[in-house]
Amino acid sequence: MDHIPAKEWKEDAATSKLKSKIGIWMFLVYLVVYAVFIIINVVNPEIMGIDIGKLNLAIVFGFGLILLALIMALIYNALCGWVEEKALKLEKIQKKIHEEVK
Amino acid sequence: MKYVPSFWAILIFISIIILVLYISYYFAKKARTSEGYFAAGGKIHWSINGIAFAGDYLSAASFLGICGMIAVSGYDGFLYSIGYLAGWIVALFVVAEPIKRLGKFTFTDAVDAKFNNKGIKLIAAISTLIVSLFYLIPQMVGAGSLIMPLLGLPYWSGVLIVGTIVIIIVATAGMASTTYVQFIKGALLLGFSLALVITMFSRGFSTAPDQGGNIPYHDFKTIQIQSSDNKKIELKDKSYNVIKNWEISNSSKTLQFVELSKDNINSIWKVNNEKNILEETLFVTELSDGKKLYNGGTVDEKRFYQVGNLLDIEGKTPAKTGTLDPLSFFGIIKNSNVLLWNKQVIKDSGNTITVYYQNPTAGAEILKPGRIYKLDTAKGATLNTRLDFISLMIALFLGTAALPHILIRYYTVPSPIAARKSTIVAIAGIGLFYILTLYMGLGAMTGGVIDLTNDNMSAPLLARSFGIILFSIISAIAFATVLGTVSGLICASSGAVAHDIMDRFMGIKMTDRKKVLAGKMAAIGVGIIAMILGLIFKNMNVSYLVGWAFSIAASANLPAIIMILFWKKTTAKGIIASISIGLISALTLILMSQKTFNEVYNIPNVVAPIQINNPAIFSVPISFIVLIIVSLFTQAKKVEVSENSV
Repeated sequence: MDHIPAKEWKEDAATSKLKSKIGIWMFLVYLVVYAVFIIINVVNPEIMGIDIGKLNLAIVFGFGLILLALIMALIYNALCGWVEEKALKLEKIQKKIHEEVK
Repeated sequence: MKYVPSFWAILIFISIIILVLYISYYFAKKARTSEGYFAAGGKIHWSINGIAFAGDYLSAASFLGICGMIAVSGYDGFLYSIGYLAGWIVALFVVAEPIKRLGKFTFTDAVDAKFNNKGIKLIAAISTLIVSLFYLIPQMVGAGSLIMPLLGLPYWSGVLIVGTIVIIIVATAGMASTTYVQFIKGALLLGFSLALVITMFSRGFSTAPDQGGNIPYHDFKTIQIQSSDNKKIELKDKSYNVIKNWEISNSSKTLQFVELSKDNINSIWKVNNEKNILEETLFVTELSDGKKLYNGGTVDEKRFYQVGNLLDIEGKTPAKTGTLDPLSFFGIIKNSNVLLWNKQVIKDSGNTITVYYQNPTAGAEILKPGRIYKLDTAKGATLNTRLDFISLMIALFLGTAALPHILIRYYTVPSPIAARKSTIVAIAGIGLFYILTLYMGLGAMTGGVIDLTNDNMSAPLLARSFGIILFSIISAIAFATVLGTVSGLICASSGAVAHDIMDRFMGIKMTDRKKVLAGKMAAIGVGIIAMILGLIFKNMNVSYLVGWAFSIAASANLPAIIMILFWKKTTAKGIIASISIGLISALTLILMSQKTFNEVYNIPNVVAPIQINNPAIFSVPISFIVLIIVSLFTQAKKVEVSENSV
């Protein structure tokens, strides 16, 4: 079975904070789109029946919210990966400087 | 309708049970430490954990409930899919990594990490137990309902089989076996749902669906009315005798039904005054002695038909299409008319007759919201119906990231990065499944497979229209679905009792082995309680309970999680007050709601004090406000440090 070894996590607070900030902003973007979906349904549900090719707005918006979640999740993962990589590089440089100073 | 168990169904069902028990046996040795038992040693790979998330989350309510709702009501059922999936955004962007960083085994660990407060431990554990029990009941009821069509066994045996197997899974290897059971179930559910949809596309639509030639399509008859005077109806076809006439009025419409007799067989018809015809209905009569008749006959006489079809295909009838694709599937439904069915209950001298009557509906209407949730003023929407809709969408959005059995899965992976990556796999898998629910539901709606007495069976019955083997596999997966979710819920409850309450709240000194033993005993206890509740709530409409579990989780747990992470002034007392008030307000609003009066207390004629059925729109803000106010009043006093002091 596919186990991987448990390891201690040593992420610094600044990296966590930056990732958390990215997460909050992306959450707010999705929240706005989700809220627009609810508002259209409550204020003018007839709009949901507007034709978009073979589909209508209700289906496009519904599928769109699901696909948007996945796309934003992948973007978030890429951004976090980038932040973690930078932090790791910085840590390595700092270690090197520290060793050289020693 | 009559379900006949097949050899294949029994074989596949037994194979799944043997596989699950083998997994439990295999992992039993690895669950001897508390970390091994409560968190699978924190060593699960993120990709496995991601699919296990899907296996944990996609409960019977998702697979059976949502597909059934879409099959009978159209797009409104899909709103649940959208909300359930959107909730994962909160889990990923806000909760996943910090929860992993803060906690060890349970949700309580995370909210208590900064305070080490006994009050938080107790109230968070109680919240875990209440949310899990609300979630457990529909799963157990689902198991009982599934066992009948699958194996021909009575309801109680389904509850006992699920209860016993799950107790074995959890009591032998805790989260390790639970994880792999959920992983296998999640992968099977996704794979076979996709296979079902592709098979459905290859068959195409027909105005007279005959389940691949296996079950002839029943063409519902009409009879011309000759004269209708003062409610007395005379028919052109004199071979029918009119026996009875019912007129039922409510605020929006008046319905008229007649009972006819021909060749000693009675039938019920709906009067269509516009077309001056009678339309054939389906009806279930519950006699005063509790016996049920289906279209006037016993269940073995098979007089009750499966329904659901397109009345025309883009204006043509009879008609058939070739192979469909994901877009043309909707395009054809949108430009056609669908035969839906409405329900009316008639009380008739001690008998209760449930009449299902035809409701031809434009496809375009089915593909947009409004059939369950009234949102359009022209169709009877009120402020309350709109608030109810908003409240449901809030509960689904905020509830996911606050469900204890979902949160504990973050402790089975080695790092916050793995927690994040597994959430993304979960979003991909769960998102794909929820997209498929719309195809499966509408496929059942138009494929002549719906059993009007049990719309939860729509997806398995759609599979049955493609042969007994696919039906057997899908039904066995549906059963495994219950196993996977119940295992997760019992793991969460076991952790709440053994880790949060016994170890950390009561401070009972236990060795690591004894802690595992306590977890196992707790799992057995909760499993037995779940079985008893499953037997008690047999006739309960289960889909509401899952929605309520989300509302309670969103109200009690989410404000605490969010504020601990993002508001430095949060205090222990603020957390305790917020969880308590969230629980109390959500439960009170649920217990006083009209839906509870109608469906739980069975007093539909009494006006309930609360007209909104989903509490989240009130209880979530209340919980946040209470947390802020109590925290502000209970700030720790800052110690003044004078310049002279050292």
